[in-house]
Amino acid sequence: MSKTVPASILSVRDLRIGIGNQSDLLHGVSFDILPGETYGLVGESGSGKSITGLSVLGLLKRPLQVTGGSILFREQDVLKLNKRERRRLRGDRMAMVFQEPMTALNPLATVGRQIAEMFVVHRGLSWAQARLKAVEALETVHVPAPDERARSYPHQLSGGMRQRVMIAIALACRPDLLIADEPTTALDVTVQAEVLKLIAELCQREGTAVLLVSHDLGVIANMCRRVGVMDRGRLVEEQDTRALFETPLHPYTRGLLAARPRLGSRTISERGRLTELDELVADTQRGRDAPTLVTPRGMLAEAGR
Amino acid sequence: MLRFILRRTLQIIPTLLVVVLIIFVIFSVVPGSFISSLMSEGRNATNADVMAHLNQQFGLDKPLLVRLGDYLWGLAQFDLGISYRTREPVWNVIEPRLWPSIKLALAAMFFAAIIGIPLGFIAALKPGSMIDSGTMMLAISGLSLPEFWFGLLLMYVFALQLGWLPSFGYQADSIRHIILPAIALGVSPMALLARTTRAGVLDVMNADFVRTARAKGLSEPRLVRGHVARNVLVLVLTTLGLQVGSLMGQAIVIEKLFSWPGIGSLLVDSVAARDIPVVQGAVIVIVLWFLVINMLVDVAYAAIDPRIKVT
Repeated sequence: MSKTVPASILSVRDLRIGIGNQSDLLHGVSFDILPGETYGLVGESGSGKSITGLSVLGLLKRPLQVTGGSILFREQDVLKLNKRERRRLRGDRMAMVFQEPMTALNPLATVGRQIAEMFVVHRGLSWAQARLKAVEALETVHVPAPDERARSYPHQLSGGMRQRVMIAIALACRPDLLIADEPTTALDVTVQAEVLKLIAELCQREGTAVLLVSHDLGVIANMCRRVGVMDRGRLVEEQDTRALFETPLHPYTRGLLAARPRLGSRTISERGRLTELDELVADTQRGRDAPTLVTPRGMLAEAGR
Repeated sequence: MLRFILRRTLQIIPTLLVVVLIIFVIFSVVPGSFISSLMSEGRNATNADVMAHLNQQFGLDKPLLVRLGDYLWGLAQFDLGISYRTREPVWNVIEPRLWPSIKLALAAMFFAAIIGIPLGFIAALKPGSMIDSGTMMLAISGLSLPEFWFGLLLMYVFALQLGWLPSFGYQADSIRHIILPAIALGVSPMALLARTTRAGVLDVMNADFVRTARAKGLSEPRLVRGHVARNVLVLVLTTLGLQVGSLMGQAIVIEKLFSWPGIGSLLVDSVAARDIPVVQGAVIVIVLWFLVINMLVDVAYAAIDPRIKVT
């Protein structure tokens, strides 16, 4: 413990999100991500994990808004930045990959142009120069025949290829932080693994920290060293991934682990349907801090060991 | 592309057949004929012999089906028949009216587009604002105004009171003459375009790819220019095309009001006189205009949207 704790690249403190001034969607979430680290946020839909990711980039849609707390990115509170400064960070220092590669790309522009735009906006390159960089970026994400693909429109690519394009866009400016919101949920199982591998490979190479948002514990287990469990707008548990799977502390986490459909598992009941989380976790235990919750600071010390 | 245009051109033929059929049926059931309309103009002396003679001369004594057959046969040879009134070939009656009509339709649409589309954009970029509600109120008024009343108002203000523009009439190379009728005719498509554009922009602004563009750190102007505008244009183009297509037919009241020598006013006069060949010719021209515009819109789609291929 004597070693100094490295500064986090992202430090979310007591983040509250709500409609109007009531924070009724996110009730004070805190976590830290270290440089180069892949941190997982897991939870069922509606638990607040996606809006947490969006709020870091400043992409919450009205009427949603941050109602309290702070988001420190490279030790600077991005919530205190003006619109222009925040926009400069977006895409350049922090980037995002979304769930739906089918709709996340502009259908009327070539993928090459959509990647090149990053270099034009953030690096001030001309379109011609940027186009060359875009082809390089496509090569980096292992798109075959990148020169030709750069001239394709999104509808001419498969879902997996489109997600690779999204990753190329997100990582074009070598950001410090990548927020991946369910990056593989809309993809075929076979493609999922490839895309995850790609994200892991590129981010490791560039030292990019990743905030991986997913409902899929399998994905989280594969990718992340630490994981935060969210339920009803609260971070109810934060652990090393291995520890989480072995000794989940919060009843909700136990429920989440038990609810994973597995072959021959009991969670598919005799009635032939998936067990609802609600049946596994008592309502009074939902969305409450576990008595044994490891504090983010404590975890940080742990991770920095 | 050429094959597409050719196929669409061929598709015009059945449409025209149906149109001709409908006109024939309508004029065979409505009371009155060209001959009776002659009498209503005060020529009571027309006796039975003359009537029979005229009937025979115009082929009106033949059964309906035979007349329809004759007409279609002529149409196949691009012959629209002979006007009852002027005894000229119908094409010679229509032709001088064609260009003024097209000019008016295009001018009205130009006015509608340069006002309506930006208005819709401005309204949508600040939804719920004063600009938004003001614009949309304007749009609803535009849609609900009776155009002849609005035309009269324009005439009163700009021609009579201010004396800036001529109140009516047509001059081949005068832009001043077309301004008032074009505005009067364009105000309702303008309102419609403003509403469609607003809805389109709101729709596109909510699209996932706009969120992606935001995540890329684009400024709002670059976002709107690079990612929203073209996608909205695809949506707006449909309305635009349908409007240009139907403007020629809609211009009847405005043409009458401003003494504009277009197809619309020709149509009204010819219906009153039961000059059926001219009515048919005018309707065919209006239908053709509509079909051609729609074909152009489809071609434009393919040019804008790579997902659409015309084959």
